[in-house]
Amino acid sequence: MKARVTVTLKPGVLDPQGRAIHAALDGLGFAGIDAVRQGKLIELDLADGTSEAQVDAMCRALLANPVIETYRIEFA
Amino acid sequence: MKSAVVVFPGSNCDRDLAVALRDVTGVEPVMVWHRDSELPEGLDLIALPGGFSYGDYLRSGAMSARSPVMRAVVDAAQQGRAVLGVCNGFQVLTEAGLLPGALMRNAGLDFVCRDVALTVANAQTPFTAHYDAGEQIRIPVAHHDGNYTADDATLDRLEGEGRIVFRYAEAVNGSARDIAGIVNDSGNVLGLMPHPERLIDDALGGSDGRRLFEGLVAALG
Repeated sequence: MKARVTVTLKPGVLDPQGRAIHAALDGLGFAGIDAVRQGKLIELDLADGTSEAQVDAMCRALLANPVIETYRIEFA
Repeated sequence: MKSAVVVFPGSNCDRDLAVALRDVTGVEPVMVWHRDSELPEGLDLIALPGGFSYGDYLRSGAMSARSPVMRAVVDAAQQGRAVLGVCNGFQVLTEAGLLPGALMRNAGLDFVCRDVALTVANAQTPFTAHYDAGEQIRIPVAHHDGNYTADDATLDRLEGEGRIVFRYAEAVNGSARDIAGIVNDSGNVLGLMPHPERLIDDALGGSDGRRLFEGLVAALG
């Protein structure tokens, strides 16, 4: 089974990389972009029956830094 | 003073740190590989060096902080042993929970590599006892992810408890409250982004970094 973990900076945390991407998109002529924030996608191939609690534990133990990041888990 | 330098895969400032420790203490530090689960006996100081451990993959210092050796480092810190984290070492200390907050991508997005002005905000730690309070020094920085951040309650507590040890005296990376280095609540664990080990010899550009190590020798023997 597959899990997709999306890790993003918490709202309110400065994201200069997102702003740089925003500026680059503006420079390419794309209009109407209010904000850009960049995150990470971590894909996990897991043994069948792995629980969401276990994936959640992976997120809290390593995949996300709770000081500045939040995460979302989706199962495929 | 018996010291150890922990080496992670991708650490590249471990030998500079060893040179500084040998030069100032007169004792060769022990180099400890990150997969060792035990530290040598009788250490006075454990030092975590700068570099790009694990290639900064996932987050700078994230995987190093979960290395087998870090269990022993955390235990030593909790027993009151002195721990020094320089640059990537500071990142490892925050990821390991020995220091609060986190180091993020520099606000200006550049890798900053130059000498910067620092103010010694607390000269009463063993790390800074050989500086004067409020003294301005110049120390090199070389980092991409040195932007210190923490929530306001933590920042206020760091300020209120005098745990901010070094502040940037010029704009460098956007760090909250211009924080360049902090200690833990017991005062035995210091993390800083600048590299004091790179400035210990006037013949090689300056010696403002030397007194950090001299303070440790005076305090720890």
